[in-house]
Amino acid sequence: MAYRPLFPRDVFAEMDRLQREMLHAFDISPSIRGLARGGYPAVNVGSTAKSIELYTFAPGIDPATLDVQVEKGVLTIAGERKAEPVPEKANRHIDERFSGRFRRVVTLPDDVDPNAVQARYRDGVLHISVARREAAQPRRITVQ
Amino acid sequence: MNDTTSVAKQAANAPAEAALMPPVDVIEDANGITLYADLPGVPKEKLNLHVEADTLTIEGELALAMPEGMEATHVEVALPRYRRVFTLSKELDAGKVGAEFAHGVLKLRIPKAEHAQPRKIQVAVG
Repeated sequence: MAYRPLFPRDVFAEMDRLQREMLHAFDISPSIRGLARGGYPAVNVGSTAKSIELYTFAPGIDPATLDVQVEKGVLTIAGERKAEPVPEKANRHIDERFSGRFRRVVTLPDDVDPNAVQARYRDGVLHISVARREAAQPRRITVQ
Repeated sequence: MNDTTSVAKQAANAPAEAALMPPVDVIEDANGITLYADLPGVPKEKLNLHVEADTLTIEGELALAMPEGMEATHVEVALPRYRRVFTLSKELDAGKVGAEFAHGVLKLRIPKAEHAQPRKIQVAVG
């Protein structure tokens, strides 16, 4: 989960924290790996008949430092985002962007092929495409 | 009559569609302000920066490559648009805003106007 300072400086950060706590309160059965929403990076997942598509919103990262692994049906995306350096005699007025190490873990469906994973990083979004196995794809059966 | 004109004006100024608020960092040094904003998924041509009077508007539209027939199963980024508006203070030189955009991170540099930059004042001994 994203780090939040103990004494947020602005009302938006405070509202953000409140919203997180509300989410916690209403999520009766949270995921075993922690709060799924609200962390960094945000993840959108979609599926087609042929593949599972993951969109990880991780801006400002050198793609070479991203670590994407598939093991035992679990996809892990890990990396680190460094904070922007503050020069001497400068003040940080707003500090909302995430910095530090992150890790997101997604359980994949049973019918995916762990050897057919493609990952592309573009405009700050890591797009991972995991193909489903041939056998699992819908097929039309011809009647003889 | 006045009422209708003000309503019409409001409608024209109001944001057209709901948008996400991108997180930002704002750092100020002696010569100006540096603003970083996270706008993942926005290609350069869909980024729109606008300075009008003392209002800075950052807008961007998401463009993700999606395969045909994709169904969303889990959504955390639920709107296709970012927008955030800032009011600039008068010592900032809105005409000299510099912008860089790489890997979904926008870096804006807003210098302070010449007259607002720190100066050492010589004390004349008479």
